[in-house]
Formats: sequence, structure tokens, C-alpha cells
Amino acid sequence: MTPRHADVEVGHALPAQTFRLTRADLVRYAGASGDFNPIHWNERFARGVGLPDVIAHGMLTMATAVRVVTDWVGDPAAVVDYGVRFTKPVVVPNDDTGASLTVEAVVAEKLDGGLVRVDLTARSGGDKVLGMARVLVRLP
Amino acid sequence: MPLDQSFAGRSYPPTTPYLVGREKIREFATAIDDANPAYRDVEAARALGHPDLVAPPTFAIVLSLPAAHQVVLDPALGLDYSRVVHGEQRFELSRPIYAGDELTVVATVEKIRSVAGNDIITTRGDIATTAGEPVGVAYCTLVSRAPDEGPA
Repeated sequence: MTPRHADVEVGHALPAQTFRLTRADLVRYAGASGDFNPIHWNERFARGVGLPDVIAHGMLTMATAVRVVTDWVGDPAAVVDYGVRFTKPVVVPNDDTGASLTVEAVVAEKLDGGLVRVDLTARSGGDKVLGMARVLVRLP
Repeated sequence: MPLDQSFAGRSYPPTTPYLVGREKIREFATAIDDANPAYRDVEAARALGHPDLVAPPTFAIVLSLPAAHQVVLDPALGLDYSRVVHGEQRFELSRPIYAGDELTVVATVEKIRSVAGNDIITTRGDIATTAGEPVGVAYCTLVSRAPDEGPA
């Protein structure tokens, strides 16, 4: 059931989730999004420009992280504003396991107009990979 | 190489109209491994009160990244794209994007700066239907990392 604005309290923690991102996921996202920057699929190129290895598209991390919110509300159209800073790259090794992305979310503020602000914390390999990750959600 | 500061404030013509297709929304949902039925099942989307499939909250990147590329790939700007990583991204949505929407983006250069040798450019993409209805704004900050920097 979709949470109701009146029932949601500041500090409420949404169910956290852990996601896996493999090289195959990066290739699939490159195709679907049209972002074929080789740092997301070509190890030689990534290292050549000073990156530790192939890194995930920031946009794939962003899209994955907001799942914690859209799974909570049910209707993804409830998201009216979503912004992040990409603070550290999500490094994706060339193996079958890939990178792990753990996302926590907490209701940070209740606003007028049925809006709540949810703040996300996303971690991969011990690093916080998103900063200022804020989602405005409209609830009934 | 410092960026050409005269780009700040510059606006570009609207992008070629992009028709949001159901299969593109489904493909994008698969690529982000999201099984939400509002992205896949028209009846499920209608049951939520929507006219057609809903695009995921970050779907607009499909339109707004090419709009930003108009700016950042312009050789006159002087950005080294091989060293570019995504710095920040934000979507303000006036309404959800639906299958069947025909959208264009007007890109504007919001800000150009240089911090510790990194060239940083923020573009704003105003997304609207071809009928002129505003749909949202995508803010995209790209960072061209300083050449002598170690691994990020």
C-alpha cells in the first residue's frame, strides 16, 4: 500500500536494499540510455584516463538507488524531484559478481502539498558514492 | 585548458522531437533491472490513474544527455571529453513522462568553472512537449578531471 502523507513521520527508515551491478548491466544500460562513454565498458580506456577500472554510469547508480523510494510508494510517478552528486565512482570488476550497491533511505522532511523529502545513502565497497541524494515524493 | 567562459548563459535550439515509446520505457526499465509494473504493463499504469506507461524518474537522461552533448562536445568550448565524469544530476518533473509523449529539450549553459584544475560545466535542459507543455528540467554537471590527477 502507498504510504499516506499524514501517516509518515520524519526519521522513518524505508526498507534498505542491496543491488549488484555487473559489466553486463553496464553494457545493457549503455544501450538503453545511449551513453556509450568507454569508461563504462572499456577497461583499457578507463585506466588510460586515470580511473582504477571500468566504472558504472552515475546515471545507473542514480536510477538504481531511487528504487528504494519507488518500491516504497508503489507508483513511480510520485517522484517529482530527484537530485544527486556523484561523490565516488562505483568500480565494477570484470567478474561475475560485479559491484555491490547498498542503499538506505530516510524521511528527512515533511512539506506542504503532500510532499516528503527522502534522503538516500548509497554505498559501494565502503565508499559513499552519492552525496546530497534527495528525492521529493508526493504522497496521497 | 581553461574553458571558453563566453559559453555561460548560451542557449541551444530545441532538440529534434523525441517520441517516447512503450518499448523504450520497457527497455530502460530492464536496463535498470526494475520490475515496477507501471513501466511495463499499460493496464497497471492505467489502474494508477496514468494515461499510458510511466517512464522511470531518471528516464529523461535519454533526452537530456544528447542535449547536454550539444554543449560539451562543441570543440569551441575546449572540454576534454575523454576525461569527463558525471558530477551531479537533478530532475525536476512538472509531471511524469508517459509513453506517447513527444518531447524536445532546450539546453542552456548554467555555469562554467574550474576547481583545482578540473573543468566543471553545468547545463540546464528544459523539457517540454512539442505542443509546448513544460514537463520538467534536467540539470547536468559534468567534470573534466585534471590531467595529472591520480585515480579518482
